[in-house]
Amino acid sequence: MPSIPDQPGAGSGTVAADGVPDAVPDAEMPGSQSPDMPSTGGRPSIRFPGVPWLRLPRQPLLRHLLFGAVAAVGFYLLTGSLSAFNNFRLGEIALYAIALAGLSLLTGTNGQISLGQGAFMAVGAYTLGVLMTHTSWPLAVDVLAAILLSGALGVVVGIPATRLKGPYLAGMTLILALALPRIADKYTAFFGGDQGLTVTAPTPPGTIDPQRWLTWIQLAGAIIVLILLANLLRSRFGRSFRAVRDDEIAAGLAGIHVARTKVLAFTVAASCAGLAGAFLGLSIGVVNTGEFSLTLSIYLLAGMVLGGAGSLVGAWWGAIVIVFMPGWSNSIANSFSLGSAVAANLSLVIFGLVLIVVIMAVPTGIQGGISWLAGRGLSLVRGGGQPRGSPAPPAIATAPDITTGGG
Amino acid sequence: MLDVEDLSVSYGAVRALQGVTFQAQDGSVTAVLGANGAGKTTLLRTVSGLVKQRSGTVSYDGEKLTGLSVENIVRLGISHVPEGRGVIEELTVDENLRLGTLWQFNRGHRRSVLDEIYDLFPPLAERRSRMASTLSGGERQMLAIGRALSSKPKLLLLDEPSLGLAPMVTAQIMAMVQRLARETRLTVVLVEQNVRSALSIAEEAVVINLGRVVVADRAATVAADTQLRHHYLGF
Amino acid sequence: MSLFINLTLNGVTNGMIFAAVALGLVFIWRATHIVNFGQGSMAMFTTYLAVTLLDRQVNYWLAFAAALVAGLVMGAVVETVLIRPLRGKPALNPVIVTLGLFILLEGMAGSIFGIGNRSFPPAFSQAGLTFGHTKVAFSHFDVFILVAVVVLMLGTLVLFRATSLGLRMRAAAFAPEVARLLGVRVGRILTLGWALAAVAGSLAGLLVAPTVSFSPNFMDLVLVYAFTAAVLGGLDSPVGALVGGLVTGLALSYVGGYLGSSLEPLGALAILMVVLSARPEGLFSRPEPRRV
Repeated sequence: MPSIPDQPGAGSGTVAADGVPDAVPDAEMPGSQSPDMPSTGGRPSIRFPGVPWLRLPRQPLLRHLLFGAVAAVGFYLLTGSLSAFNNFRLGEIALYAIALAGLSLLTGTNGQISLGQGAFMAVGAYTLGVLMTHTSWPLAVDVLAAILLSGALGVVVGIPATRLKGPYLAGMTLILALALPRIADKYTAFFGGDQGLTVTAPTPPGTIDPQRWLTWIQLAGAIIVLILLANLLRSRFGRSFRAVRDDEIAAGLAGIHVARTKVLAFTVAASCAGLAGAFLGLSIGVVNTGEFSLTLSIYLLAGMVLGGAGSLVGAWWGAIVIVFMPGWSNSIANSFSLGSAVAANLSLVIFGLVLIVVIMAVPTGIQGGISWLAGRGLSLVRGGGQPRGSPAPPAIATAPDITTGGG
Repeated sequence: MLDVEDLSVSYGAVRALQGVTFQAQDGSVTAVLGANGAGKTTLLRTVSGLVKQRSGTVSYDGEKLTGLSVENIVRLGISHVPEGRGVIEELTVDENLRLGTLWQFNRGHRRSVLDEIYDLFPPLAERRSRMASTLSGGERQMLAIGRALSSKPKLLLLDEPSLGLAPMVTAQIMAMVQRLARETRLTVVLVEQNVRSALSIAEEAVVINLGRVVVADRAATVAADTQLRHHYLGF
Repeated sequence: MSLFINLTLNGVTNGMIFAAVALGLVFIWRATHIVNFGQGSMAMFTTYLAVTLLDRQVNYWLAFAAALVAGLVMGAVVETVLIRPLRGKPALNPVIVTLGLFILLEGMAGSIFGIGNRSFPPAFSQAGLTFGHTKVAFSHFDVFILVAVVVLMLGTLVLFRATSLGLRMRAAAFAPEVARLLGVRVGRILTLGWALAAVAGSLAGLLVAPTVSFSPNFMDLVLVYAFTAAVLGGLDSPVGALVGGLVTGLALSYVGGYLGSSLEPLGALAILMVVLSARPEGLFSRPEPRRV
């Protein structure tokens, strides 16, 4: 993509007194919802007013790697101080973040609503389980197979899905979520039946605690996936995803291969789910159909909506809610002495309410709310009143952007 | 009498109408003229309640229309034939006509009202059980007007009835509208691009340009003002 | 051979139930262009209300009627509170909201009515009828199912074709703006459409409940199969709902009988994929004419 030479006052923002362009902070957060900014040559770093020591590399890949490294260090320290159970939960958060990030890309960025994310998780988990039970391949291979197989299924499902809009796609993926796990019910010998398949956790090197080791693997997976997705969303593929979501016909006229874009999004989402499913199997130690009911897929949708559709950071919020919700429900039910029937079902009620209330009141979810607050906060930091500078570049959905992108 | 006072309407940032003021007297035909995009259709849609105004008022016979829902404005005796006619293709001619009578008349009356409409428009009577999708352009216009009349309105808003119609058919329809206004004291506000035929049947004329009223005067005066005609009306 | 006959009879009765739920989906689609994924849960909830009444020794038919009325009210409330505020917003929003409603109602049913497996008593005997020497998989209750759904279908037909209300509903569905200009209170009509659709769903719930193990997700598969049936017949065609229901019911009955019941959902998926690839608008849908 040709880089636009940087000139004072030109480009995406105004220039502060010291000649450094004002940052549009939202756009620099990894995986944020705001659209791509054209890469400008010249200035190597982004600065923030009022925080002179904070400089971020302008290149997206470097920025994402930096965030990933910081996160990795942070998580390493965190896992050291958490109990085994909390590390287990942290690992769960990581794997759900992976699944939600993929779903967010598919539904939020590309506009294809999928209720089948749970089914793809099942595919990943069962692939891992079957390979572990029937072969002696190393864990890494099993996990890779889980990703590839669910990705392949993503292609198979994604192709007919290209012709479907909104409710039709939702309906088809709904049936998928119900139908796929039942295959395991039918071929019980191979799939372990009600008991399911046993999965052995990976043995850590040296004297590292096994739960910590598993959690590291899951966190590493999450960081890597999120970096990859963040880069993908910043690339021309990301622009294509959004363009297709906003107006398929216009995107097609602009030279985007609409069907391929949609299938790619599906495949990415399915692969993420496959990895997440494999990790889930490793966490729980067993793979059976009970884990992968329709409820899981709807919880994932709720988690994505709550965190913020299209937001990678939002995937973490959603994952936290998903992991902690059963516990919260239990506490609420117990503290109000509501009985066991309520305790078991309160999560359903809350997630249902989440879906309804968030869509009706705050469609951009938690991350959207945070971005909005950050924008307000920054205008205060700038000295009150209106934020200076030209507004952020318009959403990349118009044809000219894509054609000038070129590749 | 229809009384439009200082009406302003915006679609987002676009000002469609600004400070529009005029009256339409009972039993008369008032032509609303102007170039494409001048705001004529917006004016009718605001009167009938499809569009909310930004400021200003519209009243009919002293009753304020601005702020009422479409369904309630209709119940004050105001009928709007929209641009494009809005004939419901999936229904038959008879069903289209009946639809207009439902809120106004009870079962006993409806048939006789429909018979009156069929007397007014014989071609519709011939096709009463045919699907509306099978009608020609002129027949659809008749159906749309007949449907608007089936609730026995006091004010009729007509948006570009001549659109897509052959000159002879247009003339017939215009003549019928004029007759109705005279014989039944129907107030007609007629938006038209076909300025000549509109001015030929109208008593009053309002010319709108870029959302503002340029002239509101007797139709004959407007027709005679050649400079005005050249400038705003294209002939 | 007798397996085939039994599967066929089974398929027909199931198909009629799918047709009833599909009819509700069609009503709502025609009125508001939304697929109500909460349809099954709403039916389940009203059926739970009926069972609660029956537990308190209320007369069967009274409880039956109460469930239908509850459905009517529920449909109206859902449309007014959840769907109407979303008009004009992105089209995905109502889909997500109805999914939220789906699990909300399941959770509420489980919380309020308890999780233990109940059973719903059938209105009529479920013993297979005997023809000559052979017993067939068709009981008095199955006859009731057929009759009930046929009455529903006929009632719908009469409503739409022969009443002024039906005319208003059709106009509101085909051309809401024009209908408003003709004095039709389109907002109220839409609410009524949802209410009637919910009644169809409630009826289906009452018909299904005696035949399955009764728990908060007993309508999940029915909803999914009804959706398949509606898409097969055409989401905007009531006739399509009936035909689609019967075809789906039969097809799934054969799949279940010959290939195993675990594969039924996969069968539905296959039907859906075929329809959406070959004729996405369904068998009976009318191509949308342009408005002139």
